[in-house]
Amino acid sequence: MTERPMIEAAGLHKRYGETKAVDGVSLAVPRGTILGVLGPNGAGKTTTVRMLTTMTAPDAGSVHVAGIDVVADPRAARRRIGVTGQDATLDELLTGRQNLQMIGRLSRLSKAAAAARADQLLDEFDLTYAADRLAKGYSGGMRRRLDLAASLVSRPEVLFLDEPTTGLDPTSRLRMWDVIRALVAEGTTLLLTTQYLDEADELADAISVIDHGRVIAHGTARELKAMVGGEQLELTLSEPSGAAAGALSALVTSDITTSDDGRTLRAAVTPGAGKATAIIRALDEAGIAVDDVQFHHPSLDDVFFALTGAPAEAPTPSDTELTEVA
Amino acid sequence: MSTLTAPTARPADAPVPPPAAEPSRSLVGRAREWVADVGVLTFRNLVHVRREPAQLSDATIQPVLFTLLFVYIFGSAMHIAGGGSYKMFAIGGLVTMNLTTASMGTAVGMSSDVATGMMNRFRTLPMSRSAILAGRTISDLLAAALCGTIVLLTGLAIGWRPDHGLVGVVEGMAVALLFAYALSWFTACLGLLVGDPESAQGVGLVILFPLAFLSTCFVPAAGLPTVPRIIAEWNPVSAVAGSCRELFGNPNPAALSDVWPAQHPVLMAVLSSLAILAICVPLASRLLRKATTD
Ligand SMILES: Nc1ncnc2c1ncn2[C@@H]1O[C@H](COP(=O)(O)OP(=O)(O)O)[C@@H](O)[C@H]1O
Ligand SMILES: [Mg+2]
Repeated sequence: MTERPMIEAAGLHKRYGETKAVDGVSLAVPRGTILGVLGPNGAGKTTTVRMLTTMTAPDAGSVHVAGIDVVADPRAARRRIGVTGQDATLDELLTGRQNLQMIGRLSRLSKAAAAARADQLLDEFDLTYAADRLAKGYSGGMRRRLDLAASLVSRPEVLFLDEPTTGLDPTSRLRMWDVIRALVAEGTTLLLTTQYLDEADELADAISVIDHGRVIAHGTARELKAMVGGEQLELTLSEPSGAAAGALSALVTSDITTSDDGRTLRAAVTPGAGKATAIIRALDEAGIAVDDVQFHHPSLDDVFFALTGAPAEAPTPSDTELTEVA
Repeated sequence: MSTLTAPTARPADAPVPPPAAEPSRSLVGRAREWVADVGVLTFRNLVHVRREPAQLSDATIQPVLFTLLFVYIFGSAMHIAGGGSYKMFAIGGLVTMNLTTASMGTAVGMSSDVATGMMNRFRTLPMSRSAILAGRTISDLLAAALCGTIVLLTGLAIGWRPDHGLVGVVEGMAVALLFAYALSWFTACLGLLVGDPESAQGVGLVILFPLAFLSTCFVPAAGLPTVPRIIAEWNPVSAVAGSCRELFGNPNPAALSDVWPAQHPVLMAVLSSLAILAICVPLASRLLRKATTD
């Protein structure tokens, strides 16, 4: 018998006027794993998180967190969960330490326990040096860390992070990834939303891709990549050419997609000896000049492209290599 | 679109650990938790007052300024029916006027908590929701007590004397603070309706300033033209000002008028405060519930 998932949602719906913000989302997150909810801006990620965390009631559907019916008993659910929203929820006029102590007290810790927990979290999140400064003076990365620390005060078993790294510089982002990995290593169950394909790939055990309020695919990063099939070919032509797709069709294993400017073609191919030569020869015979040919293993970007016919909207904050800092 | 199956769960045979803190089931336990929440939030709001220059000056510098300005500018031109100096007449009105306009702070505080996302944080905690309103109105009551005391001290410094001594002063302040507390709940509703501090400040100003000025805070009603006079006579703010004057033992020309509120200022002030509370406490709680579930 498998254990009941720590987060379980079925058939969630939420509309705002004419907008179907969430239109039938179901998901399940087993204990101690990370589910990445991946989708572009406006996909319904935040609305989903809000329904999972008692902040808004679903129009239809059910949510269970740690076995508790969230809609029926939000108070009980709040004792088990931590939430870090997309926008920081800090008290700007309190110091970092005062923020954490206040959350601790409101989470029913004793004064002494709240103070000890605050010190411990400040230490774990490298904020001890700024503990007695007002939160309004914190940098973006520090605010995110303090906000996340605030969600961890009562040691929740289930944690929800809504776009935890959006807007962070690459260094702060890597630091946040480390923090998240450490949390899950301790047994926390985590649902995180992101617009960044590399983030989901890097952190999540399973990924639900959502778009327009619906889950359009679910699986591990590897399974999702397998859906795209084979190796990815990306061709850049010297001039846009209507004949290119026809010339290539016998050599590829998927539909060919063409970029807006008509110069970049993408498709899946079965790798094999002489593949690049065959492609260039076929195009050359059709009188089409080629600037660049690339093969790569499919990324989640390709998955998104294959699923929605559009590239993921938000680029990663840095397309260059991120360097680890000591 | 194809949907793949979830990866198999990691084996986890550990039982669900107990949550950080169990809710109290007894009434006494829950009451104690509520009091603790209110205490934490009241303290937090008072820290804000200390750190926000605008809020601090509203409670400390503004009452001194208003008191000096009104006493020395109006006072030089004013004759009080029934005798007495303007200074003696003015202090009860100035306490009332300062507390009336200061009650706007609750609107600003509530809407800031909505606008900054603090309300989002609160609603994910297992705390009592009503403690948010209680903590806010109590910290504003304490700020109002400070503000009122500063008016009285300024008055004493420039020669105001209460004939009924300390007991009378405490009684008068109690009536004024009850009224200020009721207005706080009213402006809490405004703050929750408006949802951002700048607009809350604007709306509060438009409602509270006419309320404070169309009263007998600065001038006796008798000298006013008919329409403003009738408004001032029935305005609960006038009853509060009249209560202060009567209880302080200062000249209260309203006592010469035969309209009911002028004859029974304390009763009028207390009844209007209770009426405002009866309407605004449940309304604010409903608005907060709406603001924290959607
Ligand atoms: N409170 C709200 N009122 C009206 N529309 C909303 C509200 N919240 C979200 N929406 C709409 O619902 C859709 C999904 O929004 P959201 O869940 O915030 O997406 P995401 O977090 O993926 O960017 C968007 O079209 C958004 O405009
Ligand atoms: Mg969002």
